[in-house]
Amino acid sequence: MDTTTIETNFRSEEYFINMGPQHPATHGVLRLLLTIDGEIIKKVEPDLGYIHRSIEKMCERDTYQQIVHLTDRMDYLSSNINNEAVCLTVENALELEVPDRVKVIRTIIGELTRISSHCLWWGVMGMDVGALTTYFYGFRDRELINDIFEETCGARLTMNYNVPGGLMFDIHPNFVKRTKDFIAHFKTKLPEYDKLLTHNVIFQKRTKGIGILTKEDAISFGASGPVGRASGYSCDVRKHHPYSALDKVKFQEALKTEGDTYARYLVRIQEMWESLSIIEQLIDNIPEGEYRVATNAVIKLPKGEFYQRVETARGELGVYIISDGVKSPYRLKFRSPGFSNLSLLNHIAVGGKIGDLVATMATLDLVIPDIDR
Amino acid sequence: MIRALSITRSIHDWLYSSMSENMAYFIEMVLIAIVYLAIFAVAGLFLVLIERRVAAWFQLRIGPNRVGFQGLLQTMADALKLLSKELTGTEKADKFLYNLAPYFVIITALMALAVIPFTQDFQAFDINIGILFLIAISSIGVIGILLGGWSSNNKFALIGAMRSGVQTISYELSIGLSLLTMILITGSLQLSEIVEVQKSGWLIVQGHIPAIIAFMIYMIAGTAETNRAPFDMAEAESELGAGFHTEYSGMKFAYFFLAEFINMFIIAAIATTVFFGAWLSPFGITESIPILGVFWFLAKAMVLVFLMMWFRWTFPRLRVDQLLTLEWKYLLPLNLMNIVIMALIVWLNLTIQF
Repeated sequence: MDTTTIETNFRSEEYFINMGPQHPATHGVLRLLLTIDGEIIKKVEPDLGYIHRSIEKMCERDTYQQIVHLTDRMDYLSSNINNEAVCLTVENALELEVPDRVKVIRTIIGELTRISSHCLWWGVMGMDVGALTTYFYGFRDRELINDIFEETCGARLTMNYNVPGGLMFDIHPNFVKRTKDFIAHFKTKLPEYDKLLTHNVIFQKRTKGIGILTKEDAISFGASGPVGRASGYSCDVRKHHPYSALDKVKFQEALKTEGDTYARYLVRIQEMWESLSIIEQLIDNIPEGEYRVATNAVIKLPKGEFYQRVETARGELGVYIISDGVKSPYRLKFRSPGFSNLSLLNHIAVGGKIGDLVATMATLDLVIPDIDR
Repeated sequence: MIRALSITRSIHDWLYSSMSENMAYFIEMVLIAIVYLAIFAVAGLFLVLIERRVAAWFQLRIGPNRVGFQGLLQTMADALKLLSKELTGTEKADKFLYNLAPYFVIITALMALAVIPFTQDFQAFDINIGILFLIAISSIGVIGILLGGWSSNNKFALIGAMRSGVQTISYELSIGLSLLTMILITGSLQLSEIVEVQKSGWLIVQGHIPAIIAFMIYMIAGTAETNRAPFDMAEAESELGAGFHTEYSGMKFAYFFLAEFINMFIIAAIATTVFFGAWLSPFGITESIPILGVFWFLAKAMVLVFLMMWFRWTFPRLRVDQLLTLEWKYLLPLNLMNIVIMALIVWLNLTIQF
């Protein structure tokens, strides 16, 4: 047998594999078209649309109060922040000044939402790299936040607590006490997270130096939130364009320069600490006052274009409204963080192993309804 | 053969007195097989239950506690459910190999169980190459996994099977070499003689430092050998769905599942035999009652099983190349060095003996 036939007999062949739409690591109905050579990823092609519900189109039909309800169903883990984004846009367009009480409560609940979202992410991150126990630890602490939400507005996940002009109800009398209890509880549990996962040698080996995203790439792919900040790109909307009561609090923007999976992990852990500190600064002096300013029953925005950005748990959410002066927008566009963050997956996952892809995807913290809308 | 328990003694005598020797031998074989199958099934189901309760304990849950007292019958109910389920499979699977694969896994697990010395004379086959037999048998199990993953015509299953093949073949070496380290002290591969040697101190005490290193290597390699977390490359549910058994359902899946737990028990049982004096009680406190040996044996094995469960519910999973790095670059050289140290210790008579 001559050498050429040996080569053709033992050629390695790239093959195609379908990861999703039903797959444990894609956290929903994301479909990844993978081209793999043995274990090594050659190409990742996300295929979207499995949970597309035309939310933006439905917004063109609804009144502004109704639009708020739809935003819960986008990034359901930071539903309250989505609500807030639409409310802020409408309030800015109407040039409506909401009371300080509303601003502070919105900020506190927004940060609680961020912690709860990061708790879930932490649990799922552990699960994706194979440590199943983290899932339950994350959910244990998340439950306490959900209980606070349930008492405040009756819902645990899709909260609908914000309305244009303020809040739907005032906070429950127990709110301050329970939030303080949660902070005290969570301060003892966050070091436990580090003990269980962060300082684990296997975990560090799995994440350090994996899925590296440079600062330039982060900017050109439009990465935002913890993904961008882990690459050294200072993109915290709360810092650069503060909204609600965020201009009154002091907090550090979690920044890392490594840009790898471990850095993205650490940024989120640090964000939980920062969120705790923001809540602590505000919880003791919630100003007295109205919880809502009256608006017309049917809100009509003036003619024009309005944009508002907020920082959800996943990154920068932009709400862009074009109004032609009637009760519903002419066009409404959401700039969702998950979509841009997913777009860089191919860039950072190629060359890694299947296990690396899963770990990288976990730190992008994808919520598929946020990407598909 | 089973001799110590008087009831088996009398059955044995009665069989040999009432029929021809070959016939009696055959019937006795069948009886022993049935007994071991029963042990296998009960142990498997019991271990699944323990695993679930231990996992629940680690994870702030309660675990199965509804069927039977404290959920004791839960796994029975699950097994019944799996028995009554429709067997589905892929159309383009290689049917013969697809159906054969679970039996490879389960038969090898059962065969390994035959040489485990539960207590004095409670051991189906006390062959003079016991340890070699165990290592040889446990490496056949991977054929079942490879066949199952390959024949089910599913890429996820294929990746899982190939990972499992790579992993098992690598970690075989560590298991073999760490047991070899201990055999330097005993000078025999026969399990009953290995236990006999330990009457003057468990081997982990006799061999002190190299024995402890060998034990640690054995536990790491044993966990890898049974495809359990943190080495569950073959299943890796967040990466491969269910890995090699993706396309298996019903009882065929249950075979893989049970075999995993039996293999875990076997790994713990070998460790108990080779490192912790098998059925021997600590300091010989119940030496006079041989039947209590079963208790001591199971107690020691269960502690090691718990250790493996502890690994599983604490550690994240390694990546497949890190797994091989760990074996070939760290465990194997350490193991070879350890054998030399152990040889020196045995040669210079530095073992600790009571």
